[in-house]
Amino acid sequence: MSDYNFAYLDEQTKRMIRRAILKGLAIPGYQVPFASREMPMPYGWGTGGVQVSAATLTPDDTLKVIDQGADDTTNAVSIRKFFERTANVGTTEETSKASVIQTRHRIPEEDLREDQILVYQVPIPEPLRFLEPSEVETRKMHSLEEYGLMHVKLYEDIAQHGAIATSYAYPVKVEGRYVMDPSPIPKFDNPKMEMAAIQLFGAGREQRIYALPPYTQVVSLDFEDYPFEASKAEHACDLCAAEDSYLDEVIMDDAGGRMFVCSDTDYCASRRKAGHVGAQGTNLEEDAA
Amino acid sequence: MYVAVKGGERAINNAHAWLAEERRGDTDVAELSIAQIREQLSLAVNRVMAEGSLYDPDLAALAIKQSRGDLIEAIFLIRAYRTTLPRFGASEPVDTAAMACDRRVSATFKDAPGGQVLGPTFDYTHRLLDFALAAEGEETVAPKGEPREEPTPHITEFLNQEGLIQTEVESDEVPGDLTREPLELPSTRPLRLQALTRGDEGFVLSMAYSTQRGYARNHAFVGELRIGKVPVEMEIPELGFSIEIGEVELTECETVNQFQGSKTEPPQFTRGYGLVFGQTERKAISMALVDRALRWKELGEDNLGAPAQDEEFVLYHSDNIQATGFLEHIKLPHYVDFQSELELIRKLRREADARNAAPVREAAE
Repeated sequence: MSDYNFAYLDEQTKRMIRRAILKGLAIPGYQVPFASREMPMPYGWGTGGVQVSAATLTPDDTLKVIDQGADDTTNAVSIRKFFERTANVGTTEETSKASVIQTRHRIPEEDLREDQILVYQVPIPEPLRFLEPSEVETRKMHSLEEYGLMHVKLYEDIAQHGAIATSYAYPVKVEGRYVMDPSPIPKFDNPKMEMAAIQLFGAGREQRIYALPPYTQVVSLDFEDYPFEASKAEHACDLCAAEDSYLDEVIMDDAGGRMFVCSDTDYCASRRKAGHVGAQGTNLEEDAA
Repeated sequence: MYVAVKGGERAINNAHAWLAEERRGDTDVAELSIAQIREQLSLAVNRVMAEGSLYDPDLAALAIKQSRGDLIEAIFLIRAYRTTLPRFGASEPVDTAAMACDRRVSATFKDAPGGQVLGPTFDYTHRLLDFALAAEGEETVAPKGEPREEPTPHITEFLNQEGLIQTEVESDEVPGDLTREPLELPSTRPLRLQALTRGDEGFVLSMAYSTQRGYARNHAFVGELRIGKVPVEMEIPELGFSIEIGEVELTECETVNQFQGSKTEPPQFTRGYGLVFGQTERKAISMALVDRALRWKELGEDNLGAPAQDEEFVLYHSDNIQATGFLEHIKLPHYVDFQSELELIRKLRREADARNAAPVREAAE
């Protein structure tokens, strides 16, 4: 696969993307327009994340790709394979061994380190989009720091439902300035965004890149009397007994039987390796047999 | 016992193998060649070149074959290939007045220098299925005439001589490039025209149709529609002058629209413009109508709030590769988000039930 440049994109394009990333890091939470390229996978499949990863990867990097927290979902497999072919970089499923992690919809459970980069795939980068469809208007609102509409929306949620009715892509405020879309991660993951690793967000179709430098202040929007709450299913993982991880609900039979398992497959597997056994779990060796 | 789903990679490989088999179909039926698609499905090839923004009939035919005839998929293949190509430079502007016209019609004048040339059009065919075509082996020969040597001037130029149609502002500014710069608004007319010429045919058609039905009506006459080949010239830095490097087939449409006028300026006709790769006249006419609708501000018209007048709406939604990608991505797994919605809706319902139950308890006390 030497017909293409390292990590597929040509050097000029990567330079252009790196400039956008640097600008994004300099203005945390600000959406930087960039000339997104047409990638060999469809818009909506993570073309923004792929371009950011391509501009970030070096030959010495180790890449991990997750979708819904899992390394083995089809699109995670497909993107990992793409970089194996075009960049020939090492890949891993272990969070701690990865230097670059591309993700869709989750932040790994394990704390990330300063020498790691987390790349998010972003469908709609504009947190105000569903309140105001016009990009011209929303850019104006950001530049004037005019976020009243968002607070009204959250207030109306409380008036109607008694709670803020946003469970994923829950808006955050970065360093007291920009309101930012954290990508469609569950709000359970929001508190993790104040982390040691660099976080980069790529929206290919919408042609935007934004970023969070390490240890940036990220506050989930709320009200004093209705504070933000990071919620998850009130269960422990049925495989590894973890009580602190985000859980997927799996339907087991047509009588409505269900179980809860970690969405972060690496976290679950490493706990099971360490001997943790959930209510319906067995140890790993029996599973493999 | 639940075991986490594995095997995504094997599933993908098997799916690809099955897809390839389906693409080929029954192997007792002869395989399509690229040349057959290029020659016999040329209007499909033209659409793929126009919306793929790459003039290469053989590659477009290959893309159609590979995509099993799904033209949006074929356009996607061409776009993804195009973006990897190095850029050596830009051609000189093509001179459509020097076009060797296969077809040239005007709806505004009965006759004009260059004449009306019907060309290879479906316009006056009766749409009756031709069962003779099913019996293959057909060869038809059209009668030939003498080619016209003299130039075919643009019809709107005749109106221009009398000052009856607005003149376009000339500019030597290098136009922007949608594929190299992020779209920023407000955009410029060159960028709008770029977006429209590579925009989805169905979308541009429907936008144009909406203007005809009264959503920002700007009654359009087809001043001229011409289809033919034009030479492409490029200045080679080492030579210092431009040379012909090839030719492309284009469809150009100029509309003559309702006049404008004010107390200080007498009324004038206005224009809409469409230019598309290949023989693609439905698209070119649609493009001209939408172009005209988008010019409301420049021509001092009112914003009627019509979709076709809204530059942001049209430009952000005309690209079928963006649209199909985002639309179809909702079939990718979203179970993490869905799980958080499940938790939330259960919680809200629990709380609502508790609230509804409360008054009953009070009454019992």
